[in-house]
Amino acid sequence: MTLSPPAIDGITLEPLPGAVPAWHAACDAGSWLGASSAVAQRGGRLAALWASDEREARGGHSVHAAFATYEGLLWLELPVPDARPAYPDLSSLFACAGRMQRAVFDLTGLEARDVEGARPDARGWLRHGAWRDGVHPLRRDIGADAALAPGDARYAFLAVEGDGVHEIAVGPVHAGTIEPGHFRFSVVGERVLRLEQRLGYKHKGIEKRFESLSLNDGARLAGRVSGDSTVAYAWAYAMALEGIAGAQPSARALWLRALLLERERLANHLGDLGFIGNDGGFAFGLAQFSRLKEDLLRLNARLFGHRYLMDRVVPGGVAIDLDERASQDILAECTRLRAELRTLRAIYYEHAGLQDRCIGCGRLTPQTAAKLGVVGLAARASGHAVDARAHPGFAPYPELQPTIASHRNGDVAARIVVRFEEAFEAIELQRRIVRNLPAGGLRAPLGEAQPGRWGFGWVEGWRGEVLVALQAGDGGRVRRCHPHDPSWQNWPALEYAILGNIVPDFPLINKSFNLSYAGADL
Amino acid sequence: MYKILRQIARVGIASEPARPADGALRLGAARLNDETLRLLGRGLAIRHVDAGSCNGCELEIHGVNNPYYNLEGMGIKFVASPRHADLLLVTGPVSRNMEEALRRTYDAMPEPKLVVAIGDCGCDGGIFGEGYASRGPVANVIPVDVAVPGCPPEPAAIIQGILTAVSVAKR
Repeated sequence: MTLSPPAIDGITLEPLPGAVPAWHAACDAGSWLGASSAVAQRGGRLAALWASDEREARGGHSVHAAFATYEGLLWLELPVPDARPAYPDLSSLFACAGRMQRAVFDLTGLEARDVEGARPDARGWLRHGAWRDGVHPLRRDIGADAALAPGDARYAFLAVEGDGVHEIAVGPVHAGTIEPGHFRFSVVGERVLRLEQRLGYKHKGIEKRFESLSLNDGARLAGRVSGDSTVAYAWAYAMALEGIAGAQPSARALWLRALLLERERLANHLGDLGFIGNDGGFAFGLAQFSRLKEDLLRLNARLFGHRYLMDRVVPGGVAIDLDERASQDILAECTRLRAELRTLRAIYYEHAGLQDRCIGCGRLTPQTAAKLGVVGLAARASGHAVDARAHPGFAPYPELQPTIASHRNGDVAARIVVRFEEAFEAIELQRRIVRNLPAGGLRAPLGEAQPGRWGFGWVEGWRGEVLVALQAGDGGRVRRCHPHDPSWQNWPALEYAILGNIVPDFPLINKSFNLSYAGADL
Repeated sequence: MYKILRQIARVGIASEPARPADGALRLGAARLNDETLRLLGRGLAIRHVDAGSCNGCELEIHGVNNPYYNLEGMGIKFVASPRHADLLLVTGPVSRNMEEALRRTYDAMPEPKLVVAIGDCGCDGGIFGEGYASRGPVANVIPVDVAVPGCPPEPAAIIQGILTAVSVAKR
């Protein structure tokens, strides 16, 4: 099915080659805002926002916004002159733009300005004290190995005042094996009045690092943006590169990618179901689910050579294959896992303690989820059936016909239910793939990657949609790569889901979202 | 309750024996002697700090407490504060934004302040290397006793690294 491009006045759309329907439009400040408003009015979402340094080619920078619309991906590019490095703010239309715009400023120096000419939030996001204000490390005149002088790490949290209000500061180092980030709670007694997150602790300069790699080697780095989603990232990166280089992976390679992606989804859902149970005071759940996850990881290692399937999706195809014996192993595992999951689901759904902790806890309403542009499983648990596998759909999913799980309550329990349903569906999809795997080659050759060309990848990982915008440079190198994690959109939702809940429920609510710090800190 | 008990009985005990210590994982000389080990007994407290990983290593650190590896069954447990910890388990290339937090965590630990760096990135910076936002290997920021390579290292290797850190050098 080919859809016609979104009908938006004032811009000229150029179709982009690749596996997902996507259009690019060059804008001026007026059409940038006009087209963004039109997307918002038509119910589109902001999928990613990033900037690129174009001073060598034509002077100035560009800011890029990718929107998920009904028809596909709409990509706006606005040239920003050096003389006035500012662009119209999108956060009044799309709340999730706020942090992305702050990151764009930290890395490239472009400022989002609202209609009054003010910056909606001038605080740094990725820049803590690692470099100085006024230095923007993603500019191309700063070398890849530049040692930047440290700057000021102070940060102004929004203070909540009133009788009996106090603050609880948590992190960046947390009391458990989790990633680092800071949470500032304003509470009365145990009740949370406000939560403000400060992230960026894991910022290690991934986007800069891409620029010193070849297009092929970039796939390895893409697979390590957020390790728990390595298949989704490697696929999105490969999709972007294949779009640029005119490569078409075989049907077999695409089906095998889907097999790996569903195994990644299943592994993460099993792990989360265990940890959510544990945070709900049900250690039995962690022991049981972590056992099942370990079984799955061991089969991954035996069949595909890596427990988490890193570097198994490669540009042009896959680095693995499936023989008859391996197919039987997967089918046997599917049968066993389905039975185990049914047993555990019955126990979870009947457990009074879990019901008490999870039902009504950490509620993200469908309205708030829509306002914040929430994606992935968190959106599906809050009444929005957004899933890139179904829509716009990328091969081979239109053939596999996945059933999309959704729930309306938006609480911890809903996110558990969605995980159970998606785990069962991931098992079913694996069976469908293994039984109907088409013949074909494993790796298609890549054509020439014309310098300056952009490609786009859009894959529904277990947490939500993973996007990769990739630009080829000279000599087969990466000129610019922006990998985008669904956590950008979903972290702010956690600030709302916790409101009115008590502090001791935060770990449970947080785990029910299980967002990536690494993926959004870059 | 019946279903829970039946499941526990049906699954049984899945724990497997751990790999023994391997002196080749050490970066320097062993710092513990028999006397210290006797004092530690079979209890060891670990504090984990993610100093900038991709979160892959965290998945495998979670794994060390699954029923197969059952680290806690050996008397080794993860604690919430560095002040309670004998050993620091550090992942990642150390991001500059985490450098101070890692130092402070290390400073807050009591002696013997054992440190195990986990994963290729913790060992040598890995694919991220050193740059404007990354300090690279853990040893660039705090002293490291044992380094466990792998991307990510599997739970058995992580446990082996931990056991190596609390073993005395073979003469």
